[in-house]
Amino acid sequence: MSREITIIALKYNPSDETSKPRFAEYKLPETAGMTLYIALTKIKTTIDHDLSSDFVCRAGICGACGMIINGKPRLACKTLTSEFKDGKITLLPLPTFPLIKDLSVDTGSWMKNMNIRVNSWIVSTQKTDISKFEKKIEPKVAEDIFELDRCMECGLCVASCSTAIMKENFVGAVGLNRVVRFSIDPHDERNDADFYELIGDDDGIFGCMSLLACEDHCPKNLPLQTKIAYMRRKMVMV
Amino acid sequence: MLNADIIESITGKTTKKHKSRIPAKLDLLQSITGLILALFIVFHIIFESSILLGKETMYKLTMIFELEFIIEGGSPIFISILAFVIFIILIFHAFLAMRKFPNSYREYLRFRTHTKLMNHSDTNLWFIQISSGFMLFFLASIHLYIMMTQPQNIGPFASSDRIYSDVMWPMYLMLLVSVVLHAGVGIYRLIMKWGIFDGENPRKNRVKTKKIIQIVVVFYLIIGIFSLISYMKIGYDHRANYGEKYIPQMELKNEN
Ligand code: HEM
Ligand code: SF4
Ligand code: FES
Repeated sequence: MSREITIIALKYNPSDETSKPRFAEYKLPETAGMTLYIALTKIKTTIDHDLSSDFVCRAGICGACGMIINGKPRLACKTLTSEFKDGKITLLPLPTFPLIKDLSVDTGSWMKNMNIRVNSWIVSTQKTDISKFEKKIEPKVAEDIFELDRCMECGLCVASCSTAIMKENFVGAVGLNRVVRFSIDPHDERNDADFYELIGDDDGIFGCMSLLACEDHCPKNLPLQTKIAYMRRKMVMV
Repeated sequence: MLNADIIESITGKTTKKHKSRIPAKLDLLQSITGLILALFIVFHIIFESSILLGKETMYKLTMIFELEFIIEGGSPIFISILAFVIFIILIFHAFLAMRKFPNSYREYLRFRTHTKLMNHSDTNLWFIQISSGFMLFFLASIHLYIMMTQPQNIGPFASSDRIYSDVMWPMYLMLLVSVVLHAGVGIYRLIMKWGIFDGENPRKNRVKTKKIIQIVVVFYLIIGIFSLISYMKIGYDHRANYGEKYIPQMELKNEN
């Protein structure tokens, strides 16, 4: 027995002068195991060719499909329509990122700027000799680094953060997570004072108000609360 | 004006060529002042609720705060001094915490629609925190000013007269609710912000911390409200003798 579901999506094209922001409503039959990715594809192919939304991997890996689903920032490809008992699902583009069109936002440029801003790379005076193995590090440290490296830059932590919503320049959990990742990496020669130069202000670590929506919405379950607290303790000691 | 300040304001770097350490200090001070105020409230409400154990207990406690055990008869000046110190800390805390308020229509609109849509519990708690903090600007100031200027009027009858006959009870009721909520949420935030009880399993400990704080908040609201009712009742019975001070049992016995 399949039911009919209703999907309401915000439609707006900021680069088209005639476009007015509005909500569009689509009704379609639900199929077994339907994700929002499947539902949106169905709408785009059968009801409204003009609706825009982003997908790449369809498997919760790439982070392209983040949107606000009934109020919560989530990945569309990992959200089953069957979760919503009344069959009504409202979709909004992620706030805090430039809107491209409808549900599609430009997280890419934002993330690029963030990575440049927090110098999200290994800083070392060592010459790399690619004919030799990298310097060995403790397995536990490697594990910790890999854990934080699982971030796929989906931007849900930023879109769920009230600080980021209010203060455009706030670096966001994703940026703070990058800094922690390099600060625990023994290959990186920077010290705490160097990291303070990157995030030691009210747009950085001290802007964070510990609302923990990042921690609660990260689809990768990264330990953002503990890592941000760790960085805060370090930064006040500089 | 200091050249160092001019250099920093224009370049964003101190004369030592690095970022200012002030934001770090302000963040820490915001937490420390909040912690001091919260600890103060934890004890204050317990002491204030001594009225639930009877007039005599409350009277004796008041005398301890007037340092009767050191100075013959005690002196209310120590209460004035305590109130003044708390007032200074409160002003400083409010000054620091104010930086976090939404400060334009756009910021407020974005914040409020976002929180309502998302309905995320800790973000909602923060809304309670800024709302109660804003109320405390006024309520805590009224209360502290009275304590600074009329410290002699603390006692089973004097306090009850103030609450009932001087119609201060609506103010005290709002003060109680806002300060208990604000301090409760504030302590929870402090623990999360600095990762104080992260332990082996931070996620489990977060749930536990929240539960414990919820219980404590409810406990404080209950004893606070019951003691307010108690002061109201004493004040009502005492309305004909408004202004008369409480005479402790010991002195009454001596007189007989
Ligand atoms: C007796 C009164 C008060 C107590 C016990 C108290 C306690 C606290 C505590 C423990 C915190 C957490 C500190 C932190 O996150 O670093 C806090 C934060 C805060 N307080 Fe208070 N406070 C009091 C009065 C006030 C007043 C009068 C205001 C008015 C402006 C205020 C506004 C705030 C705000 C807006 C925050 C949140 C700051 C943030 O999220 O970073 N508080 N308070
Ligand atoms: S930290 Fe989590 S929510 Fe934030 S961008 Fe990375 S994966 Fe997404
Ligand atoms: S499409 Fe890649 S995470 Fe959803």
